Amino acid sequence: MAAETGESRQYVTFCLGEELFGVEVTRAREILDLVPVTKVPQTPDYLLGVINLRGQVVPVVDLRVKMGLPKAETTRDSCIIVIEVQVDGEVLTVGGLADSVREVLELRDDLIEPAPRLGTKLKTEFIAGMGKLDDQFLILLEIDRVFSSEELTLVQETGAVAEV
Amino acid sequence: MSSIADTFRDEAAELLQELEAALLALEETPEETSLVDRVFRALHTLKGAGGLAGFDVVAELCHEAETTFEEVRSGEHPLDRELVSLTLAAKDLLRLLIEAEFGGAPVDPARVSHLLAAFRQRLGETASSAGGSSLLTDGVSSGLSTYRIRFRPGPGIFRQGIQPQLLLGELCRLGDAVVVAQLDKVPPLDQLDPEECHVYWDVILTTAEDENAIRDVFIFVEDDCELSVQMIDADGLLDDAGDYKKLGEILVERGDLPEEDLEKFLAEKKRLGETLIAAGVVAGGQVDSALAEQDRVQRLRRERQAVETSDSIRVKSERLDKLVNLIGEMVTVQARLSQLSNGREDAALLAVAEEVERLTWELRDQVLTIRMLPIGSTFSRFKRLVRDLGDELGKDVMLFTEGGETELDKTVIERLGDPLVHLIRNCIGHGIEAPEARRVAGKSAKGRITLSAEHSGANVLISVADDGMGLDRDRIRAKAIERGLLAPQAEVSDREIFNLIFLPGFSTAEQVSNVSGRGVGMDVVRQAIESLRGSVEVGSQPGRGSCFTLKLPLTLAIIDGLMVSVGGEQFIMPLADVEECIALTRTDRAATHGRDLVNVRDEIVPFIPLRETFAVGGEHPEMEQVVIARLEGKRVGFLVDHVVGEHQTVIKNLGRFYHGVSGISGATILGDGHVALILDLPQLAERAEQREQVAWK
Repeated sequence: MAAETGESRQYVTFCLGEELFGVEVTRAREILDLVPVTKVPQTPDYLLGVINLRGQVVPVVDLRVKMGLPKAETTRDSCIIVIEVQVDGEVLTVGGLADSVREVLELRDDLIEPAPRLGTKLKTEFIAGMGKLDDQFLILLEIDRVFSSEELTLVQETGAVAEV
Repeated sequence: MSSIADTFRDEAAELLQELEAALLALEETPEETSLVDRVFRALHTLKGAGGLAGFDVVAELCHEAETTFEEVRSGEHPLDRELVSLTLAAKDLLRLLIEAEFGGAPVDPARVSHLLAAFRQRLGETASSAGGSSLLTDGVSSGLSTYRIRFRPGPGIFRQGIQPQLLLGELCRLGDAVVVAQLDKVPPLDQLDPEECHVYWDVILTTAEDENAIRDVFIFVEDDCELSVQMIDADGLLDDAGDYKKLGEILVERGDLPEEDLEKFLAEKKRLGETLIAAGVVAGGQVDSALAEQDRVQRLRRERQAVETSDSIRVKSERLDKLVNLIGEMVTVQARLSQLSNGREDAALLAVAEEVERLTWELRDQVLTIRMLPIGSTFSRFKRLVRDLGDELGKDVMLFTEGGETELDKTVIERLGDPLVHLIRNCIGHGIEAPEARRVAGKSAKGRITLSAEHSGANVLISVADDGMGLDRDRIRAKAIERGLLAPQAEVSDREIFNLIFLPGFSTAEQVSNVSGRGVGMDVVRQAIESLRGSVEVGSQPGRGSCFTLKLPLTLAIIDGLMVSVGGEQFIMPLADVEECIALTRTDRAATHGRDLVNVRDEIVPFIPLRETFAVGGEHPEMEQVVIARLEGKRVGFLVDHVVGEHQTVIKNLGRFYHGVSGISGATILGDGHVALILDLPQLAERAEQREQVAWK
């Protein structure tokens, strides 16, 4: 293993249900305890609403629903990961609701495999790769794609449908 | 780029705009010499600044244009449309030349030499140029001076058949004059000789004429009167400080009051004029005259200063934006402080909180006024648009502007440009007829477009009106029926018909042109205006023209809101929309048999239950409130759990994620740190209406 020369990166890891997910550390701005979220009417399920982040109004997304997992009750471990995403060249700040946050760990690039097309039971288009840890897999998110403009357009359309 | 160049860029942008405005105005009123001065001044300043910043080509081009206008000014060169066009072209080129230095596209040197040649050729036509016009000094001034004139005719003046009022009348014709008659030498009635003149006059005259011209007025009575003429103010005077002399000083200077008396009275510290009259030292008329002088000169100097704008500084707009953001946060924190201090019975804390509240509001108002700009700056660019488009379409159109001094938030002004361009293009393309058609219709061949702005409460109304053929009601109707937007037998008001033109893809133009007819435009206008939290209305009279009125909020950053709560969630309604709130009990609701109508002083007002609209769920409380809003002239109620109260609302954008969510225009942060949504009442009402229509079908 020592002979490998791949570069390594740091990831913030968090849980959604049983699965462990990771987002590059450079993209995660901070981790917040769960604060009251103001729901915006007539928006899709995964959009929880908005919170006040030191004077900035930031949207919060339920990462479980977004990844295709069933919605769950929040617990005292629930937290909001504030992530910076790029949408059409614009940097947006978004909060993601996770069941719990774990740790920051370093992972060498050569230990990451492309996402399997089958068997994850997750929306594979959002997965950048699978990292191998000692005892389990770390699902690395393609965070920009999760919040891509097509996804946002979908928001508007669902919003529009919900109106009628 | 060096900072000199950067400064020049900003300065040049302003000067070029001024140049264009002056040129266009000059074209309308060629006889107005002060406009030639404006053009000349802009070119001259630009030349100087350009040379200093190392923009030699800019300086050279300015120089040629300037030389031409110098001759126009001295009357050696005629001013015609061609020259205006040429200078406008030069202005465009100058802009490109300057932008090229800042990463813009490079300019083909041939264009510059072509223009230079064109200017030189014009100069050549008027042959003898060089020497004569260089007499003009650089400091171009309006050449107005103010004189203090005291005319005291001899007592026997009437016997010579001279009527002083005629002389004064002649004097007044020289300029802008204030005449004060001095009656203090009029004897008591029993001693009065009616054949003698006891009155004398003080005149404050602002004129372009010189002292000799003034003295000439009195040439025939010169020997039989006392006449003093003193210049008290002139353009370019050195001690041009804004404040003119004090009343006492003026009186002393005129010899109406001995200096030692002045000091004595000043010591009493009352209003000097009143004291002096009361003491009988100075006659009332003399004080009036001195006050008139003071007033006149101060006004003139203020006006001059306003033109020179000497005491303003240039601030980067992003700094201003930061300041506004900070104020926004401060308003939020202040709200929290007030909330906390109200919860505690601590008089000292409460006092501080109230003080902070007062200061914050004042600060907020001040900062928001900094962002206000007169809309006139945008208006001037439309003059050019109208001119060019008119030429292109073979229509003769003039643009008139009113209320250019109306101030609006900078962001609003910036985002208003495109919609206004659309509207004006539309007026020229659809509204104004070709010159022949206008003549046939008995109108002047020249079409008029009037762009005006005015304040109306917390809003600004901007209207674009033309005197063209007006909207074709029948054609719009036919088109709407054809497109299935309207049932053929539907009874609709003119207003509703006209509003159809704001629907996407709606155009009645038979021919698609560069200007109009593609059906994009009017819906874009409406969208843009609505994104500024404004609305747009259209009115039209066949054959008389149409008028588009944009209603915009004064500012986008902070509004006065009304906080309401629905099922534990707080919402903000713009207070400007709200008319009143009334209570509604469960019994009241039951009495209407489930219809969402409420009786407000014998007027039936429909209301929208927000609990259902927002799918909040839960039971309606026993006692609810209906907030009644006036939306586009109609009253609509909104049923909420209860009304919390007024709230200073700092508007935050909901961001891209919630773009397109209807009924919500933004969010704000409450004192306790929670986020509350700001409701878009017109949109909510419109949607409720649509939904009901769908339900009926």
